[in-house]
Amino acid sequence: MANFDQELDASGLNCPLPILRAKKSLAAMESGQVLHIIATDPGAVKDFEAFAKQTGNELMESREEAGKFHFMMKKS
Amino acid sequence: MSEKKLAIIATKGSLDWAYPPFILASTAAALGYEVQVFFTFYGLQLLRKKLDLKLTSLGNPGMPMPMPMPVLLQALPGMQSMMSVMMKNKMKSKGVASVEELRSLCLEADVKMIACQMTVDLFEFNNSEFIDGIEFGGAATFLGFAGDSDICLFV
Repeated sequence: MANFDQELDASGLNCPLPILRAKKSLAAMESGQVLHIIATDPGAVKDFEAFAKQTGNELMESREEAGKFHFMMKKS
Repeated sequence: MSEKKLAIIATKGSLDWAYPPFILASTAAALGYEVQVFFTFYGLQLLRKKLDLKLTSLGNPGMPMPMPMPVLLQALPGMQSMMSVMMKNKMKSKGVASVEELRSLCLEADVKMIACQMTVDLFEFNNSEFIDGIEFGGAATFLGFAGDSDICLFV
């Protein structure tokens, strides 16, 4: 797994909370830093793609592991 | 990236109908949209300091029930409150945000919320019954923003 600067565990949270929490975490980070997000909501996969597309933050990685979804988001 | 705009009219004041405007408004704000929500008629309930939102199965044959129940039973006193409590508990167990939580996330994200002045007067609400940080306005106020919006929804 790639390196990251901050981690957000959004496990157990449902739409739209993982996105909203991620937005909040990213707001406190600096450009170029990477946020690792963990979620259990299957809808988060598509949602983080759309979030990245709309906000310009880069979704570096999106994968499923042991029933959890992991995202690496680089702040633009 | 130019800022997109979302305009929503919220007209309903039940627990289930409270979700679409607040979910879309908070998410759009997180995506960088400028958002305005205009609350009118029963939608004003969503702006009250103390939220006491309920839902009803009456007139809603599509609502999934934990057990089959004749409509006449559903109309008994206390049933609506019981169903509302059950739904709130279920939402909590599924990790769905409460309406209060989504509403405060909207305020944090600078979603502009406008209470319809005409219906505030019609229902004789006092402005102090509503949360801080909202504005009061009319149809022209909403149209001024909605006219330039990318998405416009009536909920």
